[in-house]
Amino acid sequence: MVTLNQLIVVCLIYVAGLFLVAFLAERTALRGRGGWLLRSPLVYTLSLSIYCTAWTFYGAVGYAARSGLEFVTIYLGPSLVMIGWWWVLRRLVRIGRAHRVTSVADLISARFGKSNLLAVMVTVMAVVGVTPYIALQLQSVTLSVSIFATPDLTNGQGSQSTDNAAFWVAAGLAIFTLVFGTRNLNANERHHGVVIAVAVEAVVKLVALLAVGVFVVWGVAGGVSETVARIDASPIGTWQTSDGRWSALIVLSAAAFVCLPRMFQVMVVENDDERHLQIASWAFPLYLLAISLFVVPIAVIGLEVMPAGANPDLYVLTVPLSQGQNGLAMLAFLGGFSSATSMVIVATLALSTMMSNHIVMPLWLKLSPLGGVQQSGDVRSVVIRARRLSIILIISLGYLYYRGSGGSGALAAIGLISFGGVAQFLPALLGGIFWRGATRTGAIAGLSIGFIVWMYTMLLPSFGPDGALPASVFEEGLFGWGLLRPEALFGITGLDATVHAVWWSLSLNTLLFFIVSIFSFPTPLERLQGAQFVNVFDHSSSSARGWSASEGGAEDLMIMSQRILGAPEAQAFFARQALQQGRVGAPPAPTPEFVQALERELAASVGAATANAMIGQIIGGQAISVEDLLAVADESAQILEYSSKLEVKSRQLTETAHELSRANKKLTQLSLQKDSFLSQISHELRTPMTSIRSFSEILRDMEGLSGAEKTRYASIIHSETIRLTRLLDDLLDLSVLENGQVSLNQQPVNLNTIIEQAVTTAKASSARQLEIHRRKRSEDVDLFTDGDRLAQVFINLVTNAIKYCDASVPVLNIAVRREDNEVIVAFTDNGSGIPSEAESLVFEKFARLGRGDGDGAGLGLAICREIVTRLGGDITYVPQDIGGSFEVRMSCTTPEKQSQRLLPV
Amino acid sequence: MPKTRLFLERRSYRRRRMMDIVRVLPLLCTVLWLVVPTMWPNSTEGVSETQTPLSTAIWYLITIWGLAIIATFALWRRIRNHDEEDDSHPFDTPGS
Repeated sequence: MVTLNQLIVVCLIYVAGLFLVAFLAERTALRGRGGWLLRSPLVYTLSLSIYCTAWTFYGAVGYAARSGLEFVTIYLGPSLVMIGWWWVLRRLVRIGRAHRVTSVADLISARFGKSNLLAVMVTVMAVVGVTPYIALQLQSVTLSVSIFATPDLTNGQGSQSTDNAAFWVAAGLAIFTLVFGTRNLNANERHHGVVIAVAVEAVVKLVALLAVGVFVVWGVAGGVSETVARIDASPIGTWQTSDGRWSALIVLSAAAFVCLPRMFQVMVVENDDERHLQIASWAFPLYLLAISLFVVPIAVIGLEVMPAGANPDLYVLTVPLSQGQNGLAMLAFLGGFSSATSMVIVATLALSTMMSNHIVMPLWLKLSPLGGVQQSGDVRSVVIRARRLSIILIISLGYLYYRGSGGSGALAAIGLISFGGVAQFLPALLGGIFWRGATRTGAIAGLSIGFIVWMYTMLLPSFGPDGALPASVFEEGLFGWGLLRPEALFGITGLDATVHAVWWSLSLNTLLFFIVSIFSFPTPLERLQGAQFVNVFDHSSSSARGWSASEGGAEDLMIMSQRILGAPEAQAFFARQALQQGRVGAPPAPTPEFVQALERELAASVGAATANAMIGQIIGGQAISVEDLLAVADESAQILEYSSKLEVKSRQLTETAHELSRANKKLTQLSLQKDSFLSQISHELRTPMTSIRSFSEILRDMEGLSGAEKTRYASIIHSETIRLTRLLDDLLDLSVLENGQVSLNQQPVNLNTIIEQAVTTAKASSARQLEIHRRKRSEDVDLFTDGDRLAQVFINLVTNAIKYCDASVPVLNIAVRREDNEVIVAFTDNGSGIPSEAESLVFEKFARLGRGDGDGAGLGLAICREIVTRLGGDITYVPQDIGGSFEVRMSCTTPEKQSQRLLPV
Repeated sequence: MPKTRLFLERRSYRRRRMMDIVRVLPLLCTVLWLVVPTMWPNSTEGVSETQTPLSTAIWYLITIWGLAIIATFALWRRIRNHDEEDDSHPFDTPGS
């Protein structure tokens, strides 16, 4: 038989071992080693197992012995949540990491505009909800000790030694939490010592329960099939869970799994790597399956072998003891002890963070003299002291509750009440991370009504009639209103008490949260935070710009950060930020981005609401308006639009630049043409002027000139003047044609008449003889054109032939032919033609071939081309075998069509 | 905004369908765990011949449990491998 003293020795050795493991883990982590273990998914999964407290270790068997398979609901709920990690947990973990969340209260407060009121509410609710749970752990340890203290195996009647056990356990747990839970202020930094101790305890409790289970199935019952037979033959051998309880408990345990402060602590706050969550999605259900596998067999065998009065909550211990398995009983005791201690440690840690960040620090900020944040001295000591104080306070509360309640009530009942309390966070939590329309007012309303209903229907009635509530209230309802009976709200009777409480508290909570959210309007900060939380996967790295600081604020910020983060950490953070801003050797500018980053860094230590308030004290209020919000939201859209506009603009610019350069080239060419034109004109004018001047000087100065000489010189002057006049006429003509100022006198004419007129005029004006061949019949074509202008072209062509044809017997062949709608007049001579290199130039101004007598200015063909173009035709030079040919191509259509084809003039 | 492609190559298509299972699996488990047991004959209402033996209920729950664990394990294997191939996966965190 194990004596109490032996038990105490084993227990002390075990606790010393835990301290050692925690200490070693802290030291290893400090040296930067052992990360493969400390940060492994295995440790993460095992740390999740603080869900399985002494309630599930001892209580599950008792629960099974009383109500059959119903106990399994508290494992199925968390399994569902883990299997559905993708829906809720993934989001929670990401938000927790992105916003440096320190607790479930911090998350809810940060989501709803960093409201400290909400944080305080959630903290108080959590403390009220979890304190009975801590008391439950102390009670389970005491109960289990009492088994060894009273060898008659009847229920422990509270001897002096077992009562002391609760105190010593509470004190030991407080010391452990103080030592390993407040080593660092930053809640996001992992408490390696705590986590590793929790992981070790997780293994111990699993191994203990499996060992007892294996012993019961193969050692007592004699195999699997025998066990199954015994199960079906036992008093709990049939399915007897009511449908309502079954579903309500699964929902309740799933909700509590997400909302319990200690679960939030290990799952979200201490999460090191989001991938661990996915591994835990199968590993943790496996753990739960293993831990619940032997619960029913132990309960059934316990019912069989134990006397009727034995407490079924302690079958895990008493069954091995009754079979003489002292070592196994000791292991089972250590398993239960582990379950209780690990839960108390982590729950206290989580609650103390919430209390110090959301209650103590805001109070300190408010009570300390003006500008409290900027005082000299280390605020960290204040925060750490606040946290230590909270730890002692919470454990004391748990102990006092245990003493006050007298250790009464089945374990499972207390556990469910606690679950019901924290499950009230669920609507605000889920609404906050999935619904942007959720508002602070809605969350406060929902939480309040849920908490009140939970207190009234679940917590207070648990003390029994005349415990916390007078028996008359149970009978007649509050103030005598029958509708307000705590176990039959609104007159609905017949529901199971737990189902009744869960149903009314959660549904009223959700309903009020929804309705008040719909009809209230959020502050800009709430909307900003809401957008960031709900869309956490879209922009988890982007920060909301809520602060506008002046340059002078940087110093104060530095002082404050040093006091919260510690001088080296704060300096490193500022240096990093300065580097990001491109500043070297200077403090970072207090840009909105920098202040936001600093706020998050501080939030990791003191919570979002407190960090927000502290920075607000220095910077002087948050400059944020709905317009800013909209600006932030629209920014990306605006940038997109702006960049696409820029793209269009730059394309337009490129096109314009191309056009400009083309125009510039053209202008340069035109300028060159103009220069050459001017120099040509000057040259053309100068030659006759020179001779006019010379001969007029001779006439003036020379005496004794004969009359014949005078006449000769005067006629030279006259002919030169004529030449000048002709040149000027031609220039004017060309200028008028080129500028499009010519008015064409279009009318029906016959081609034959025009050619006849041209030939006659050209022959009359020249002394040189030229034989002209024509076929009058083919010339009989009616045209609608300006006959005088066309004649001018023809005269020019015939005159050129007369002048320049170098054949001994010059012959001009004028041929007219039709091609479709066009008539072509070809002037072909039998001279040597135009040299091929000059062909492209003949129609240019002042283009003269270097031969002939040179009385022309070289404008004739240029004028011809202008006229023909104006008339809607075309003139080309076509070289022939003998001589060359000028072809004038005219359209011979109706007057209407002709007028259409004419170029605008 | 970057245009999303309408159709995927075979491997990406498979990956998307794996994620579909990840999403649907908890709903399936909810139906099998939360809804199905409420349809069993209950010893508090029915006659004793139609009662469900406790061992049957245990076997049922454990089987679903085991299958769900195997399924999530297999999915984790599939998605983890794709993690290693694809650097842009949201789970990749610096310094991890």
